[in-house]
Amino acid sequence: MSFTYDPPPRFTENQTPLSEETYAELRAIAARYPEGRSGLLPMLHLVQSVEGRVTPEGIEACAEVLDISAADVSGVATFYTMYKRKPVGDYLVGVCTNTLCAVMGGDLILERLKDHLEVGNDETTADGKVTLEHIECNAACDYAPVMMVNWEFMDNQTPESAIQAVDDLRAGKDVHSTRGPKLCTWKQAERVLAGYSDNLADEGPAAGPSSLVGLAIAREKGWTAPEGAARAQSGNSAGQAARGADGSHEAERQDTEGAIHRSDADLKHEDDTHTKGEKND
Amino acid sequence: MTDVLTPVLSDNWGDERAWTLAAYEARGGYDALKKALTVAPDDIITIVKDSGLRGRGGAGFPTGMKWGFIPQDNPKPKYLVVNADESEPGTCKDVPLMMASPHTLVEGVIISSFAIRANNAFIYVRGEVLHVVRRLQRAVQEAYLAGHLGKNIHGSGYDLDIVVHAGAGAYICGEETALLDSLEGRRGQPRLRPPFPAVAGLYASPTVINNVESIASVPSIIANGADWFSSMGTEKSKGYGIFSLSGHVTNPGQFEAPLGITLRELIDLAGGMREGHQLKFWTPGGSSTPLLTAEHLDVPLDFEGVGAVGSMLGTRALQIFDETTCVVRAVLRWTEFYKHESCGKCTPCREGTWWLAQTLAWLEKGQGSESDIDLLLDQCDNILGRSFCALADGATSPISSSIKYFRDEYLAHLEHGGCPFDPAASAVFANAGAKA
Repeated sequence: MSFTYDPPPRFTENQTPLSEETYAELRAIAARYPEGRSGLLPMLHLVQSVEGRVTPEGIEACAEVLDISAADVSGVATFYTMYKRKPVGDYLVGVCTNTLCAVMGGDLILERLKDHLEVGNDETTADGKVTLEHIECNAACDYAPVMMVNWEFMDNQTPESAIQAVDDLRAGKDVHSTRGPKLCTWKQAERVLAGYSDNLADEGPAAGPSSLVGLAIAREKGWTAPEGAARAQSGNSAGQAARGADGSHEAERQDTEGAIHRSDADLKHEDDTHTKGEKND
Repeated sequence: MTDVLTPVLSDNWGDERAWTLAAYEARGGYDALKKALTVAPDDIITIVKDSGLRGRGGAGFPTGMKWGFIPQDNPKPKYLVVNADESEPGTCKDVPLMMASPHTLVEGVIISSFAIRANNAFIYVRGEVLHVVRRLQRAVQEAYLAGHLGKNIHGSGYDLDIVVHAGAGAYICGEETALLDSLEGRRGQPRLRPPFPAVAGLYASPTVINNVESIASVPSIIANGADWFSSMGTEKSKGYGIFSLSGHVTNPGQFEAPLGITLRELIDLAGGMREGHQLKFWTPGGSSTPLLTAEHLDVPLDFEGVGAVGSMLGTRALQIFDETTCVVRAVLRWTEFYKHESCGKCTPCREGTWWLAQTLAWLEKGQGSESDIDLLLDQCDNILGRSFCALADGATSPISSSIKYFRDEYLAHLEHGGCPFDPAASAVFANAGAKA
């Protein structure tokens, strides 16, 4: 008895080999660590940022850079949920359906999105824009139900808000994370996870409203931690913050010193992404 | 008498551009580092020991004692690894901390690394929180530019490099030895202990692994003293902690309070249960901690208090469910999570979580029989304590505790021929048109 072997789609050949530049970046990632293999997870993120998934070529490249077998790299790539073996749309939309979000409405949101986008779990719309999947707890339970787009928070969703977001993304409109910047593409996000900055750290608020519920009550009631040596001296207590509009006066006072740091940071802002990440390399 | 809420870590979260070095330094940030660099490393360990700080990642092991286990006569490099892989269902405290004030963590990393004499530290942050990764990367970069990191920090002769390392989606990597394997570029699977990481951790070298909140608490302890920290909390559970309320309360959110606060107080602060509903069940510290009910509203939320009622303080991840929630549905979903996240190393966990999910799914659909409830408990008995790490133990917690408190609800599924609850009733949004 004989049969022919049909390779699954994830093993299809890639047309574009990894560039020398990508190889150089893979080597730079490995060099961040005392032992190069520690770089494998971020290296695979970089492969996804270039290839749109973990390709056989990407696996070979990681293996070559780290001098380990392709089987070793495959073993790692297949273990972690964030690594994809088939192409991902520009926007990876994940609806949390772990218990709390599911109960709070995540199940209903996922069903509505499946119907609306006409895709199942882990499938991509025909236009290649949106890949839909259900995800596990993403550490934002106080904003349930939570949806993630390219691993940016979309807090307190309803079926309507989720549909609006995917429609806007598919129409090419700007969509912002509720606690972060305008959504970038999945490939761009993967590059940040590889350790290459996109200079968007300053976008969005410090904290969303739920993160501040307890703090607001403490301020209102005048509740603080006990006075300690440093807290008495530097005025970290709530009384101080209440007086000085969230410490902004202090910020001004320290402008001279702060300006140095800010100018460095601003300078870095205008640099290209390659020099940007140097401290992390 | 200590105030009800004691914002320390969250004190600056409302500040303008709180994540920047300028904002952090404007309120005294990095002063604790400068102070620490004038103290002998062993004395810093003593201060942290004396403070009574216990690990904030769930297990509650004394932090200073962990640091003290590092064999300083071992010639290998020492490493500090921060567990920022916050993934336990319900747990959502480290992510807002790192998003709002990454420098609190970075300062803590520097002081802690100095104490254990590590010259390399790693922040292993889960990859699924992109903006947190950005803020951490930026904070580390700013700290280098300000001379808080790198060679000869502030003329002390001490060198430290920090790498922000993004994970790739695996709950198991929150387990400290799986995290180490992952950080070494492997599949994240737990290691057999001993040897413990303090002796043979990252690259088989002495390694301290601490949770984000533990490390972030260190600057405040150095700045204000061990007595200041231990003046908060209860006899054996000292200090403050972030309590995360989620679910069916009016205002879910983060509440930083001395250990020992009760759920009754916290629900009150959160504006009560959502209008017209009552508390049914809750997790004290994530889904791996056995469920509690309304009869436990006055239990002091410290390590001993929650332990005394058969659960665990865990990560103070208080997921609150009202009477509209089907406990079988809730538990089945958690069980499916553990099944998905089992790394596959140990047979009782790899196979057992599949059997648990199957048996529960039958019951949830109203199939099977009453004996399946005992079958579930028998399966739990064969899983609990029989694997390398606590994932499998955690998988049994919601099942055995829910049967303990809500056996009748399991039976109701059998009598009803399916779930007697309307899932739309537990959603927070109006469900009009939800089926369209």
